[in-house]
Amino acid sequence: MYKNLFIIVILAGLGILLGRFLLTHHENTSLPELPAYYTDNADHEVGAANVVTAVVVTYRGFDTLGEVTILFVAASLIAMFLKNGLVRKERDPRPSSVILSTAQKLLFPLIVLFGVYVFANGHLTPGGGFQGGAIIATGFLLLLMANPQAEFKHGLFNSIESISGISYVVIGILGAILGLGFLDNRFLPLGHLGRLFSAGAIPVIYSLIGLKVGAELSNILHHLNEVQNEE
Amino acid sequence: MGTIILAIILSLIMIFMAVAALLVRRVRTAVLASGILSLIASILYLLLAAPDVAMTEAAIGSGLTTIIFFYVINKIRRSDV
Repeated sequence: MYKNLFIIVILAGLGILLGRFLLTHHENTSLPELPAYYTDNADHEVGAANVVTAVVVTYRGFDTLGEVTILFVAASLIAMFLKNGLVRKERDPRPSSVILSTAQKLLFPLIVLFGVYVFANGHLTPGGGFQGGAIIATGFLLLLMANPQAEFKHGLFNSIESISGISYVVIGILGAILGLGFLDNRFLPLGHLGRLFSAGAIPVIYSLIGLKVGAELSNILHHLNEVQNEE
Repeated sequence: MGTIILAIILSLIMIFMAVAALLVRRVRTAVLASGILSLIASILYLLLAAPDVAMTEAAIGSGLTTIIFFYVINKIRRSDV
């Protein structure tokens, strides 16, 4: 009884708050100061055709470094907890269907290629390192679904991840030494707006983030898949 | 105008899926409902002119998260017995 009353009171409070917001809300006809600065200056200051990428990699590059660190810590913890003292016992999973394994053979290279396309063109088209990395991980997910006994080379994935993570920080420090500040992209030539090799260090940084995120997420999926094989 | 009608229909399906994910008795159906919710959310992001967020939502929200839920459910079922 009291529980239901409590829920009703909370719902009514939320309704009043949101209703007041809805009644007093009016649409802005022009951008606020900070977004207006970004849209006006991103093309000649940073050289990226995609303003979102310009904000994520350059203006707010430090936050992106934090996000990459969060993902790294999460992947390490999952690896630590799932690998801890488990006795391996092989089971014989049902073989996957012909449709799934044939489609996997055809689609896996295409999905990985699309992921690489998304992060390499992050400064030109929508998408970027995180999206491209997630797409690559879905390719590996399809591989694991088609043959659950597949073995990845953990050493290869771990070294791809570590090398790209270290290179990302090194490029950030290079920006501080050669450019104007930490993670500044202008120590490489800005090039022509809209070309693949433009926007300074942004394509390099986004490719490194894409490789790192793809390797991390694939590693998480492989760990979860390995645990399925144990009793 | 067509976009607004499409957005309203998609939002109604989203609310339906959210309620279904809460109330459905089978866990697998609930996980599938939340996956469909994320997929529709990514279409809505695309309609709201945020393609970057839409790509993230489609790849992580509806792809990876759903599968990770299934992995974990499978693992819990077998260690329960």
